[in-house]
Amino acid sequence: MALLEVNNLRTSFFTDAGEVKAVNDVSFTLDRGKVLGIVGESGSGKSVTAYSIMQILAGTGKIVGGSIKFDGTELVGAGEKVMKTIRGNKISIIFQDPMTSLNPTYTIGKQLMEAILLHTNRDRKQAYERAVEMLRLVNVNEPERRMKQYPYEFSGGMRQRVMIAMALACEPDILIADEPTTALDVTIQAQILELMGSLQKELGMAIIMITHDLGVVAQICDEVIVMYAGSICEQGTADEIFYNPCHEYTKGLLRSIPTTDTAGRKLQPISGTPIDLLNMPQGCPFAPRCEFAMKICINHKAERMPINSDHAAACWMNVKHGVQKGEIDLDDISSDGDKNKAKKAAEENKDKSADKKQDSKPADNNMNSKKKKGKNKKKGGGKVG
Amino acid sequence: MADIEKKVGEDKPLIEVKDLKEYFYINTGLFRSKPLKAVDGVSFSIRKGETLGLVGESGCGKTTVGRTLLHLYKPTAGEIRYDGKLIKSRSDIKEFRKKATMVFQDPYSSLNPRMTVSDIIGEPLDVHKLYSSKQERQDRILELMSYVGLNSEHAARYAHEFSGGQRQRIGIARSLAVNPDFIVCDEPVSALDVSIQAQVINMFDELQEKLGLTYLFVAHDLLVVRHISDRIAVMYLGKMVELAPAAEIYDRPLHPYSKSLLSAVPVPDPKTARANQRIVLTGDIPSPLNAPSGCPFRTRCKYATDKCAESMPEFKEVASGHFVACHRTAEINS
Repeated sequence: MALLEVNNLRTSFFTDAGEVKAVNDVSFTLDRGKVLGIVGESGSGKSVTAYSIMQILAGTGKIVGGSIKFDGTELVGAGEKVMKTIRGNKISIIFQDPMTSLNPTYTIGKQLMEAILLHTNRDRKQAYERAVEMLRLVNVNEPERRMKQYPYEFSGGMRQRVMIAMALACEPDILIADEPTTALDVTIQAQILELMGSLQKELGMAIIMITHDLGVVAQICDEVIVMYAGSICEQGTADEIFYNPCHEYTKGLLRSIPTTDTAGRKLQPISGTPIDLLNMPQGCPFAPRCEFAMKICINHKAERMPINSDHAAACWMNVKHGVQKGEIDLDDISSDGDKNKAKKAAEENKDKSADKKQDSKPADNNMNSKKKKGKNKKKGGGKVG
Repeated sequence: MADIEKKVGEDKPLIEVKDLKEYFYINTGLFRSKPLKAVDGVSFSIRKGETLGLVGESGCGKTTVGRTLLHLYKPTAGEIRYDGKLIKSRSDIKEFRKKATMVFQDPYSSLNPRMTVSDIIGEPLDVHKLYSSKQERQDRILELMSYVGLNSEHAARYAHEFSGGQRQRIGIARSLAVNPDFIVCDEPVSALDVSIQAQVINMFDELQEKLGLTYLFVAHDLLVVRHISDRIAVMYLGKMVELAPAAEIYDRPLHPYSKSLLSAVPVPDPKTARANQRIVLTGDIPSPLNAPSGCPFRTRCKYATDKCAESMPEFKEVASGHFVACHRTAEINS
């Protein structure tokens, strides 16, 4: 059984301007000891997914549907009492900004011990020892002296270490890291990522790494989820996502980042502007920016379709390619979805591709198309008769 | 330092900076203050049409270099020359600012929320009185907006109606208003989403080709800097530690700090990332208020010797156009 199972999670914020669907039908599983990356731009719903799991959504936010199962226990609608035994104890979170997530008026020691005293049966002395031990674990020098200091006496990287120590103090099964290195410099980022990687192996926990940096994902994640406008575009192993991207958004994202090879050449950006979550399009949320958008993309959102055993994407282009090559059987795609939709999609695509072929080779196809026409006439005639 | 200018190119440099220093005085007691050496003796030059990338960690003084260069801060010491002319008096500075402008990091706080787009872009024109009629001003604003891919219908809107990428376009249009030769770009894409970054980077490229601009491109994202720059300078604690052509500094960094900085860049490629041996630095960047004696990097450098504590190594040319400030360059890289 998977450690964490999220099914069709939907989270909305009810603002004065209307309902903002921040997370829209998100499903994934996380196994013990794995590192899952959630990648997306601002507003893609990656952080809200994490906050939904922890149920720490801001005032107007609410989980409106779906289920989150941790080790078999349903968390959606479980109530504060259950969540208090989960939060910090079984699932911990590290926030993006280490400067604002520590209380400036308490010493580091007090804040570390607070978490330990709250979630375990240790007394104060044991809690102190545990806190010192944790600081040592995250490579903070002179932990006894550091315990008495206040957050302002720590640098950004050191504060993030304290946050990690705090999150790990109760040996959680899952650590959620919400952009843990975004506010840090690259050399400090390398230190923190290495620390997280080694702790993950040592303690055998699972990590959900939320980030917009594909470099961080490549470095640390086993599996990756790519999100856009609250929906999952694509999910799979890191290698599949980087070397065999199957959603136009992922492809565009990978093309647009500068690498050492792109110097002196133009980058290939994704055109258009990010989506307005209050005015979501009817079909695929990425369709307005997608250069390959077809009629079906604008009218119908693609379902999650398996590419292979460790890879799935929600993009009609895969149906188009698959049908063209004859690799995709339409019944496979629509196992739990709307069959008509998929068929319709395939038909539209077939028509399109047929048109294209005819356009490109008018001379060769002349005979064939005449024959086809003849056949159609016959069929039509038969029906009428 | 004179040989830097000589070797940098046959063309005359557009910008020459010599031994630039910028100290901020921090109060440490009632009547005592202590200098924070944000920039401590930096020299470089930029050729016409070139992009010089300036990288380093936060607190290394890279933004201060950009700002001091435009006299947004009064330099504590040092010379800034534009096209051979020393910039010193108030009138020099005013003239200079018609030729040199800046694009700021944060497109949210660098645009006045109470001004329309056309007023934001038109403000430099007003300040320098660069038009003879209202119509001319309006035409120029619309021309600038078309440069950066904004429509004329955007002119009457306010900044809050735009996304981050579009706001940065407004900021760029404003910086182009006075028809400058030189633009200091201070982390212009770091506040933008990945998919928008590429659009703005390409725009910088295209504007450079079209208008013959020269850039000082300050950023901490090393892949972005590598993409856009001709030469790259690495700073650490107010000092320049290495300066070389972009490809060379990536393939063959000589200073131990540049080496670890470049190896720390996360590469968006899982196989390379797994194979990559990172040089992970221990510790943090020291406070510039208590900078180490001698070489500023020696407290985190595994090659440091007693000599490094005694004197600051000279910033000298070790290969053609490749400058480095390290006592042990030859030993480390042999």
